[in-house]
Amino acid sequence: MDQTITKPRSFQEIILRLQSYWATKGCAVMQPYDMEVGAGTFHPATTLRSLGSKPWAAAYVQPSRRPTDGRYGENPNRLQHYYQYQVLIKPSPPDLQELYLGSLRAIGIDMALHDIRFVEDDWESPTLGAWGLGWEVWCDGMEVSQFTYFQQVGGHDCHPVSGELTYGLERLAMYVLGVDHVMDMPYNDPDAPIALSYGDVFRQTEQEYSRWNFDVADTDVLLRHFEEAEAECARILEQAEDDPKTGKRIVMAHPAYDQCIKASHIFNLLDARGVISVTERQSYIGRVRALAKSCADAFVMTEAGGYAA
Amino acid sequence: MPDLLIELFSEEIPARMQAKAADDLKSRVTNGLVEAGLTYAGAAAYATPRRLALRVDGLTERSPDVKEERKGPRTDAAEKAIEGFLRGAGVSREDLIERDEKKGRVFYAVIEKPGRPAAEIVADVLEDTIRNFPWPKSMRWGAGSLRWVRPLHRIVCVLSREDGSEIVPLDVDGIVSGRTTEGHRFMAPGTIDVSGFDDYEAKLKRAHVVLDAGERAEAIWQDATNQAFASGLEVVEDNGLLAEVAGLVEWPVVLMGEIGEDFLGLPPEVLQTSMKEHQKFFSVRNPKTGRIERFITVANRETADHGATILAGNQKVLSARLSDAKFFWENDLRVAKTDGLTAWTDSLSNVTFHNKLGSQKARIERIAALARELAPVVGADAELAEQAARVAKADLASEMVYEFPELQGLMGRYYSDAAGLPPEVGAACQEHYSPLGPSDDVPSAPVSVAVALADKIDTLTGFWAIDEKPTGSKDPFALRRAALGVIRLMLENELTLELNKTIINGAARNHFDMYYGSKEKALEKLESLGGAEIHENIIEDAADSFAKSVRAFDPDDPEEYAIHQFPELFTIVAPNLLSFFHDRLKVYLRDQGVRHDVIDACIAMPGNDDLALLVTRAKALQAVLETEDGENLVQGFKRANNILTQAEEKDGVEYSFGGDPKFAEDATETALFEALATAEGKITPAIQAQDFSTAMAAMADLRGPVDAFFEAVQVNAENPVLRRNRLNLLSSIRSTCLRVADLTKIEG
Repeated sequence: MDQTITKPRSFQEIILRLQSYWATKGCAVMQPYDMEVGAGTFHPATTLRSLGSKPWAAAYVQPSRRPTDGRYGENPNRLQHYYQYQVLIKPSPPDLQELYLGSLRAIGIDMALHDIRFVEDDWESPTLGAWGLGWEVWCDGMEVSQFTYFQQVGGHDCHPVSGELTYGLERLAMYVLGVDHVMDMPYNDPDAPIALSYGDVFRQTEQEYSRWNFDVADTDVLLRHFEEAEAECARILEQAEDDPKTGKRIVMAHPAYDQCIKASHIFNLLDARGVISVTERQSYIGRVRALAKSCADAFVMTEAGGYAA
Repeated sequence: MPDLLIELFSEEIPARMQAKAADDLKSRVTNGLVEAGLTYAGAAAYATPRRLALRVDGLTERSPDVKEERKGPRTDAAEKAIEGFLRGAGVSREDLIERDEKKGRVFYAVIEKPGRPAAEIVADVLEDTIRNFPWPKSMRWGAGSLRWVRPLHRIVCVLSREDGSEIVPLDVDGIVSGRTTEGHRFMAPGTIDVSGFDDYEAKLKRAHVVLDAGERAEAIWQDATNQAFASGLEVVEDNGLLAEVAGLVEWPVVLMGEIGEDFLGLPPEVLQTSMKEHQKFFSVRNPKTGRIERFITVANRETADHGATILAGNQKVLSARLSDAKFFWENDLRVAKTDGLTAWTDSLSNVTFHNKLGSQKARIERIAALARELAPVVGADAELAEQAARVAKADLASEMVYEFPELQGLMGRYYSDAAGLPPEVGAACQEHYSPLGPSDDVPSAPVSVAVALADKIDTLTGFWAIDEKPTGSKDPFALRRAALGVIRLMLENELTLELNKTIINGAARNHFDMYYGSKEKALEKLESLGGAEIHENIIEDAADSFAKSVRAFDPDDPEEYAIHQFPELFTIVAPNLLSFFHDRLKVYLRDQGVRHDVIDACIAMPGNDDLALLVTRAKALQAVLETEDGENLVQGFKRANNILTQAEEKDGVEYSFGGDPKFAEDATETALFEALATAEGKITPAIQAQDFSTAMAAMADLRGPVDAFFEAVQVNAENPVLRRNRLNLLSSIRSTCLRVADLTKIEG
């Protein structure tokens, strides 16, 4: 069976194969969230939808930003902007490991030649007030995915438990395509009339953002934005559940959560600018976590969160 | 006699938890079976990444019938009482028998508990074991509420006899027991049915699973050493890594690979750490050069290309890792050579050590001052000790230690050497964290000892100053280990140090950093404390000794003045920390066979903050107590002390003048006077010379005269003059003995 699967030739082909694989396995293939986030977990399709009792299955690519990892496009595998592929299924199906291994086959990893291992790695997100148990998945000694059974999100116990898969797309693709420097990786088909490498697409932006992230971003403005997002999040959640205009019960969990995402990303930027001391760090993380918790509290009071009037 | 086979098949169990989980499975199940009345001949437990297994051999077929009698009320008791008894015992009237007893005729209930078949008991015990398994961390999955370390998929539970085997029926939250399991995830997909342990083990092996972790580890080690040997190399031993790797594979395949030429110049410890921590590789060394030249990885499967793809992948990952390490190493060396280590130390002012105890930089300043102070005590050059303390933690700011925290100290030594600092400084960088545990080597180079002591004492005084002492089993800052480190550094290097003064100085420095980062803050704090009134309460001596030792502060300086507002530093913090040291010392000496009452008797003596002196005294006392004279003398001392204490209480006076030999009536009395004088003559100079053996021996010599005295003389004589003189004589015995050790603390 494995022999019939051809090797993908480009970064985008790997993404397309994952999309189609998880689509055939019944996931709703969603689009990236339209905000700056540090990881695919922040997408409300994961954070919020892992809460409450309603079943859920989603897969999507999420562009992610980690300002401190910027290396001006020079490091072979570190980027301040990269892609994660994220799958979340609630309740976690009993054959999730097999489903996952199927996705590796789908992108051309031949199980008969490679050594796949599930190595203990418990996941925790202090900013989301979330944790789970699982593994990092190794392929020939390289970490290719994170595999987590969510136990708690936003301070709420997960019932039922979601299974979450996260693939670091660049790293995985570099391995599958046999490329040593991320910028050399074919982005589209190398035989296309206009063949583009990852570097053609992203080298310049890596430089621009590295400079801005590390040296130029206005920290006063960022600090103010952080406070504003924090205040707006609280204000949204303070509103009465019943909307006076429509007369309907509308809990605004998602708009509030957007503010939480914003605050979290601004904190990452401030961190990259080096203006947050070690002691302050904890307090900022605590403030973001408080927002995430209040959004989780609000979400479980919505219909999607399993609330029944 | 059936044999029992249990297998709990799950998703991958963390390697570090497997061995204990196998033990727990064995003890929980076998204990449960025994408690329920079964016996067995033998049991063994096994673990692989995907399963825990247990075999119990020679199990009894059923638990025995049990007949139990319970005594009830008298036969003529009220009907209500009898009914209550029947309800409590769960029997009916017919089950009662009557017996004649002293108090009359009494009912007995005969309760018969029939034995249960083994299968029923096994099912109960296993379900209970699964539901209450002591995983360090467990989880839920799917929509269920059962907890296991990772999702549990199958339960095999089979009782086998010569004529066949039966499944023990069991249903734990929908997981139904059976005889079906799975082999290797990739090499033998599909299910296997098993009938008993031997069948199970053999079928697993055919399905590419080695059940026994010891067998897997043994196979890995054999193959690894053989491959290395064939290339004229040797594997660096690492039993922890071996156990971990054996827990990551069901079918170990050992592969040896090359480390790129570019990376062979890295320090061997860096190669080893990077390979072990990130990749779980063994290091392979060239015995001729000592260099690490290759690596060994253990795959979980065989492949058609004999592992070529797997090895190439691992090699690639390693190259990426080592490129990072090399980048850090070269950057760090450049910094060390051009800017020296102080540049790193300075940058540590941005790194918080503890939010109440300031930055790492501030801590280094304190350690440097303390190391300088301690230098004469340990025989180190003060300049060198201070210099070493200033750079000892510099490597914490290096890129390599940021990446590999476990290389702290060692990298400091490399960088100190690269910066051209004296070798003593480099050694101190590496050794000042030692000793880390009770069996870790204790540094002996004077500069290293000075910095090691200063580091630990600053940690202890700091956390004491902010009241973050260890409580119960909680010791997040490893303060017990730090105190034991100080004790071992001092004793094993035979150092004499007045710990109390050092503690006070250390605590004062921490206070200073804590409260008086600025004069404004100091004054503010002073105001809030009520200013001058508290000043009155200070113990003058302690404050003086502090003022003298911390010369950096001008006595007119408000900061110093403010520090004087902390009487508790001297009256509470320092004594409390000293007694913590004493507690640790007791534990340390107990392991060396010194009795705890002996240590207490010596701690009660002056100069107890000199730990070396304390130990010498304790060992001398223990030695003398092991002699017949010593043991008896303690009895004599106690007798004297008791008589004296009672008389003093009764008379309301203290008999402390010493007796007068001219009132001695009995020959034994005179002899005791003489013996005391002789002993006194020996003890005084011996104590001064800290020669406790001589002092103790002189004390033990009193045994004969003391015994003879008590034998012949009645202390509480009719004649008041005689009585008073004898009581005063007893007081001489007491005071002479108490100069050697506080014998009132000796037990027995």
